[in-house]
Amino acid sequence: MLRYLAGRLLRAILTIFLVIAFAFFVLHLSGDPAMMILSADAPPESIKAFREAWGLDRPLWQQFLAYLFHALQGDLGNSMRDGRPALQLVLERVPATLAITLPAFALKLFLGIPAGIYAALHRNSWADRLTMMVSVAGFTVPSFVLALVLVLVFSVQLGWLPSAGSDKPTSAILPIVTLGIAGAAILARFTRSAMLEVLGQPYIRAASAKGLRWRTVVVEHALPNAAIPTTTIVGFMVGTLIAGAVVVESVFAWPGIGRLLVSSVSNRDLAVVQAILLLVAATMVTSNIVVDAIYGWLDPRLRRGGARGR
Amino acid sequence: MAADRAHPGKLARFFEAWPPLTLLALAWIATMVIVAFGADFLAPYSFTGLDLRARLSPPVFMGGKWAHPLGSDELGRDVLSRLIMSIRLSLLIAFFGTLIAAAFGTVMGFVAAHFRGKVEGLILMMIDFQASVPFLIVALAVLAFFGNNLVLFVMLMGLNSWERYARIARGLTLSANEQGYAAAVRQLGATNFRVYGLHVLPNIASTLIVSMTITFPETILLESGLSFLGLGIQPPLTSLGNMVGYGREYLTRAPWIMLSPAAVIVLTTLSISIVGDWLRDRLDPTLR
Amino acid sequence: MTALLEVTDLSRTYEVRRGSWPFGKVATLHAVDGVSFELQAGRTLGLVGESGCGKTTTAKLVLGLVPVTGGQVRIAGESLPAGGTAAWRALRRRMQMVYQDPLGALDRRLSVGRQVMEPLAIHGLGGTEAERREKARAMMDAVGLAGHHFDRFPHELSGGQRQRIVLARALMLDPQLLVCDEPISALDVSIQAQVVNLLLALQQRLGLAYLFISHDLRMVRQVSHEVAVMYLGCIVEQGDPDRLFSAPAHPYTQALVSAIPTHARQKKRRLVLPGEPPNPVDRPAGCAFHPRCRHAVARCRVETPALRALADGRLAACHLAEQIAASAT
Repeated sequence: MLRYLAGRLLRAILTIFLVIAFAFFVLHLSGDPAMMILSADAPPESIKAFREAWGLDRPLWQQFLAYLFHALQGDLGNSMRDGRPALQLVLERVPATLAITLPAFALKLFLGIPAGIYAALHRNSWADRLTMMVSVAGFTVPSFVLALVLVLVFSVQLGWLPSAGSDKPTSAILPIVTLGIAGAAILARFTRSAMLEVLGQPYIRAASAKGLRWRTVVVEHALPNAAIPTTTIVGFMVGTLIAGAVVVESVFAWPGIGRLLVSSVSNRDLAVVQAILLLVAATMVTSNIVVDAIYGWLDPRLRRGGARGR
Repeated sequence: MAADRAHPGKLARFFEAWPPLTLLALAWIATMVIVAFGADFLAPYSFTGLDLRARLSPPVFMGGKWAHPLGSDELGRDVLSRLIMSIRLSLLIAFFGTLIAAAFGTVMGFVAAHFRGKVEGLILMMIDFQASVPFLIVALAVLAFFGNNLVLFVMLMGLNSWERYARIARGLTLSANEQGYAAAVRQLGATNFRVYGLHVLPNIASTLIVSMTITFPETILLESGLSFLGLGIQPPLTSLGNMVGYGREYLTRAPWIMLSPAAVIVLTTLSISIVGDWLRDRLDPTLR
Repeated sequence: MTALLEVTDLSRTYEVRRGSWPFGKVATLHAVDGVSFELQAGRTLGLVGESGCGKTTTAKLVLGLVPVTGGQVRIAGESLPAGGTAAWRALRRRMQMVYQDPLGALDRRLSVGRQVMEPLAIHGLGGTEAERREKARAMMDAVGLAGHHFDRFPHELSGGQRQRIVLARALMLDPQLLVCDEPISALDVSIQAQVVNLLLALQQRLGLAYLFISHDLRMVRQVSHEVAVMYLGCIVEQGDPDRLFSAPAHPYTQALVSAIPTHARQKKRRLVLPGEPPNPVDRPAGCAFHPRCRHAVARCRVETPALRALADGRLAACHLAEQIAASAT
């Protein structure tokens, strides 16, 4: 198990390295940053100064090593717009984003998983049909449409909640609900199909045939086995805590990382975009490792380390 | 009653094979395709044409005039005409994006399964990478670095979800190569082109087509999301997401600007999902 | 006269990692280890042994489907070209394969007739489409299938019919060597005899040579002119089937032969081998068979016995072969 996790860790570091390399080389493929940022008609001496400041006059591999070296020390360059360190700029936005993604995540879990389990246990009941209908909507209604419809109803028509901003405590409600509903629908659908799959297995029939109470069968046999596929999607949702709210933050003018990303992309503030990319990748990779550890705990077959080539 | 069940009528049998919901979904998709192809003939006005005397005129069902059945926007542009043009562009992008993803992913899957070893390891790593970082973020980063134009944007949409096809193609090809028909045909002396093109591809085509019904709505949602943020399709071109993004500014005064493209997005993705489920049941019951 | 197929000191090893990447040691697995034999045109060599003993790998090496790591395969005196090359593809016309699982070996989306025609299309033989179709029909007739089967799909045929299709497809190229990898083990017992009889009849008529791989000793005895017994990637005994099966000289052959089901009244003791065959990565030192051998002596643990000729002309790899052969008769 320990070996297996160590192997995963190595792959995780490799992934992070890939992201850094991707960010670096894409940046350099996309043209001369000096020209792009200073505009082509800038005086030659300022272009030269810029190149020297950013180390653009050295060979590419040296630049890459320097970039890597700085990145490992947490120095991801300065924002090209206001000159502050990019990482600091990004980290400042983390609390605001978590303020809506964490409650939304809780909403997904406490709404989605029980709904999925209930739907699977009462297959073809009206509750099942309702869950499935809502979950299909979760897949097909884009979050910005859902957000705008909620604004239309609760802010414009009813006037109960603010439509945007972050100045009032109630401002967070609509973003949280928007994120939560969509995620809960997806989670409910996954949980339901995982449960149905497990409930159809011979060992469930065997367990109930040997006279166990249905409740015991569900709690001790079905749920732990259905938890395995569900963990994957939950893990993916943990990974999106940092940057899963790009669209929703933009709709509600919420000052989180997503909005910073969108504005940085519009302004072509590359250092900030790179920092966000790296932060997102690090979160995803970390949550993947955690999910793998949980897998090992849930699924005894994997404990012996034979989990390659899934 | 029992007799009815034993001898279902022609109509009942027809609806069993073609459920009404699926028929509705197919009808909607067909309408969208007709609209996309006939956009130039169907649009009553030029989609950039201004009509300053009829600014923010409401649609017919909200008490407006037939001159602008779905209303008009702040500049007096006809919402219906813009909607028709948006449907064309959004469907076009989603179609080519899905096609690129399917072609690229399938080829990568074949390559991985054919060469095994280091090449396969590299492709698997790319698949892992793709699956582990939300594509919206990657897309935003690429748009930040390279700027935006239509061709790049379509290619970017094509990069979304290629890994789904690569996984499917690799898995099925591996099992076909291991001891199945692919190994047998190769043993007969067939070239790789023949093995993959004439044997493996037709065998996995139904699974790939079903996957396309899953990635097509995803691509529509991605495109509309990016365009909504103002980072996808750029004016003067217009797409569904673009229209919603524009309509958001007039949410209180003119909600119809945003509602009709939003409805089209939802209905289209929903219809494709319904048809996809139906196709999956008919073509490939293993993909549940 | 040069043999049709000449295999000299053939080996195939695989690197395997014990434990998960990047930990664990890399070990070498000897799937096939120094196998040599000859096969004349029109003759049959039977290859027997437990699953995992390297029979199928040997078959794939002979056909060039898997690259060799040591030794040589010669077809009519010429060495086998590397797999996938144009020369290798051209050689498919001389050597073909029959598979264990005929349904898996056929493309489910093509009619069986099309698949029988396909070898001609691949090699650009057989003239026009209509002529190819005619040839395919004739070949299907030769393997005992009716004309109406032509447009059927694999899943619409029975197991025996599918194997006939596989056979017909292989024979379209008019090969001299047919490698049959467990050709009957997936079939019903009642069908097995029919397919074996078909194989024998075809050999008579077309002068085919067979490399016949099976774990069914009675079938092997019935079809083979010579038999080789494999254990852990090596041939441990080779020779005339009747002699080999009536008086085995290797204790492993002895155990295999005793496991053949016979009439219950016949008084014969069954030798049950203790333990599983060892993992080929951990080959026991000395004679690989010694941990399971009831005759093993001290020498067997240290010294690997070579495959040597006995007085009656057959080959055996056992230090005690003479005594064991004598005790059996």
